[in-house]
Amino acid sequence: MKLALDETAVRQARTLAARVGQPIVDLARQHTTVSVERATLRLAGVSGADPDGTPWVNRLLDAVRADVGLEHGAALPVWDALLRGEAEDLTTLAQKASAGSVRFRLPEGRERTRARSAARKQVGAGLRRIDARRRERERMVQRVGDAPAKPWIYLIVATGDIYEDIPQAQAAAREGADIIAVIRSTGQSLLDYVPEGPTREGFAGTYATQENFRLMRGALDETSRELGRYVRLTNYASGLCMPEMAALAGLERLDMMLNDSMYGILFRDINPVRTFVDQRFSRQVHARAGIIINTGEDNYLTTADAVEAAHTVTVSQLLNEFFAKEAGLEDWQLGLGHAFEIDPALPDSFRLELAHALLARQLFPEAPLKWMPPTRHMTGDVFRGYLLDAFFNLAGALTGQGILLVGMMTEAVVTPWLSDRDLALQNVRYVMNAAGRLHEDFHPAPDGFIARRANQVLGEAVALLERIAADSDAEGDPPLLAAIADGTFGLMRRPADGGRGLDGVARKSEDYYNPATELLEEK
Amino acid sequence: VTVLRPYGDTTGDGMVQMSFTLPMPHSKLAEGAAQQLANKMGMDPAMVVHAKAMGPDFTFFIVYGRVHHLVEVDKVRVVERDYPLLSPKEANLAIRKLLRRRLVVVGACIGTDAHTVGIDAILNIKGFAGEKGLEYYREVRVVNMGAQVSVPQLVARARAEKADAVLVSQVVTQRDAHLLNTQEMSAAFREAYPTATRPVLVVGGPRFDESMTAELGVDRIFGRGTTPADVASYLVHTLAARRAATGSAARNAATTSDPAPEEQAS
Repeated sequence: MKLALDETAVRQARTLAARVGQPIVDLARQHTTVSVERATLRLAGVSGADPDGTPWVNRLLDAVRADVGLEHGAALPVWDALLRGEAEDLTTLAQKASAGSVRFRLPEGRERTRARSAARKQVGAGLRRIDARRRERERMVQRVGDAPAKPWIYLIVATGDIYEDIPQAQAAAREGADIIAVIRSTGQSLLDYVPEGPTREGFAGTYATQENFRLMRGALDETSRELGRYVRLTNYASGLCMPEMAALAGLERLDMMLNDSMYGILFRDINPVRTFVDQRFSRQVHARAGIIINTGEDNYLTTADAVEAAHTVTVSQLLNEFFAKEAGLEDWQLGLGHAFEIDPALPDSFRLELAHALLARQLFPEAPLKWMPPTRHMTGDVFRGYLLDAFFNLAGALTGQGILLVGMMTEAVVTPWLSDRDLALQNVRYVMNAAGRLHEDFHPAPDGFIARRANQVLGEAVALLERIAADSDAEGDPPLLAAIADGTFGLMRRPADGGRGLDGVARKSEDYYNPATELLEEK
Repeated sequence: VTVLRPYGDTTGDGMVQMSFTLPMPHSKLAEGAAQQLANKMGMDPAMVVHAKAMGPDFTFFIVYGRVHHLVEVDKVRVVERDYPLLSPKEANLAIRKLLRRRLVVVGACIGTDAHTVGIDAILNIKGFAGEKGLEYYREVRVVNMGAQVSVPQLVARARAEKADAVLVSQVVTQRDAHLLNTQEMSAAFREAYPTATRPVLVVGGPRFDESMTAELGVDRIFGRGTTPADVASYLVHTLAARRAATGSAARNAATTSDPAPEEQAS
């Protein structure tokens, strides 16, 4: 199925996205954050937590920061201390440092060279572990088989208890899920540390921890072998710890991560600079780990009107694509998001949905688009909701979506029951079976309603990108930061010097060194 | 009519439908079990119209049947919300008319509680239960101080921001810490403000008893399941009622005696 899109506008949109995005990339290159440094230390093998549950990696970085600041990066002072014989390994060093018995310094001359190469070696070993996990995934997909059809069926579990999540996830996979997402506990995005160990209590979700990742991936490997198809696992690289989440996901062979360039800024009030710096690093790790990212454009439509704001989704997709490619991700790793959120009371709402979904499909032909079900117009009338979900599934089938998050008729009523999930999957199966190949017959008229609407949204997206590119503020920030401060996206005003986590950002000094960034950019 | 029965297609037929899952494999026995449950619930006759295996261990049922219970409408008792529920649009409009400026809300988790779930659900744009938080309201200015905020910090910030309302969340608590924290908070606000200009004090959390406002010295307590619209509507209603009570003379006096912002809490 093909739309007649204005190719000049498509090229213009990409050029503008690059123009808006590049100054942000430059900004990201000039800064580091506490989470980028902690992710680097985690790649080198720091793990575990003190008796209060504060991770050793946080204690270590805090000690380094107190002695020499953040702006030089953690690697030089940390490996200098190791080479001076302050401790036999990193975790012991972290323990000693938090007891106050180690002083860090910035090494110079030959000591600096030695610290640099030791850091590079140890962080490099971590990246090779990620490479091995990636090959392991490729091997498993080959041996046990891949998901049988597109779109991949994406189901959510979220009990708060990893030991409850596991059987639920396995059951969901047996019922037909190709992807399991474990929703995180509310508020985890605002924690400036990654909790440790297996966790049994969360709020509306389960804490993302390395151990929880490992347990769930192990259980799904078992189920994958049983079912003869590789079941993918999803979590979140978002919030204040997104670089660390990305590193842990790579180390534990997660397959997809929610990872949006602006979500944290707009919806969690995380500082914009912090977010963009963390974003770039996390995407570089995802690129290396062969992880598919899922972006969060659906969220714009939960706050703004899905028709009026349709072009903001397109703009965000274009920016997410630019930032992703710059960080080394390939097209097959771009699960760009959008959602079926138009008010069903609106005349022609389904035609509008098709126009928007086709626009995304055609703008990003190689990307596995992530298609999100209705939430805003799910009212508690579960019967009507079931019908709406069927239309959502039909739009997904007709427009060749890559990842289909299964809509629940009890959205906004209860967390999904066993029967809700079963009914929802029957709905998907019926639609895919009945109309999965309808796109072979169905072509929107070249000058019809759908084609015109798609071109209109594209035009609005270009206009918005032009407006962003021309934006400015008194501080001379990059235009995109000024636009975010003006409330251009999702109606939220987020100034560059506001929001959470700003105190964890530092401008890199001349002496800055980070072996992870260096290695990730070498390819 | 004060006595009713459910209505299927004929007055008085008492017909209802329900669906449920039993944790047993699908079999004739399972269908009989579903029938038994429906009978015990008062459906007679009960028709199991649909039974479907959901995996090896569960069966889903849809049952139609007649109930003989009577609904006595005059004996129904409900706790009504004592203020109208407003949509964000209506709340914005009401604030604009009432204040001619944005309504300022300062929110925090006080004490050692680090769980911002509750305050974030009400304040963050992301919201709760499909409803957007107060940040989404154009006419509300939200200052979310986050977790582990001390009472003096909260009071200082409320004064600096000229808060119309202060929202405090207490999620995880032990040995009645949530009650003591709240009393400390309300006492501090009583001390820092004259009654006429004191912000509306609201606390929320799953462990509170909604009827304890007097003991805790706050204006309103919200429990589990409260949505941003509940809070916004309540604030609009209460501020309007205060305005009406104090009148314009008191309002003028209040603005001139508005204390200058003190040291800024971080």
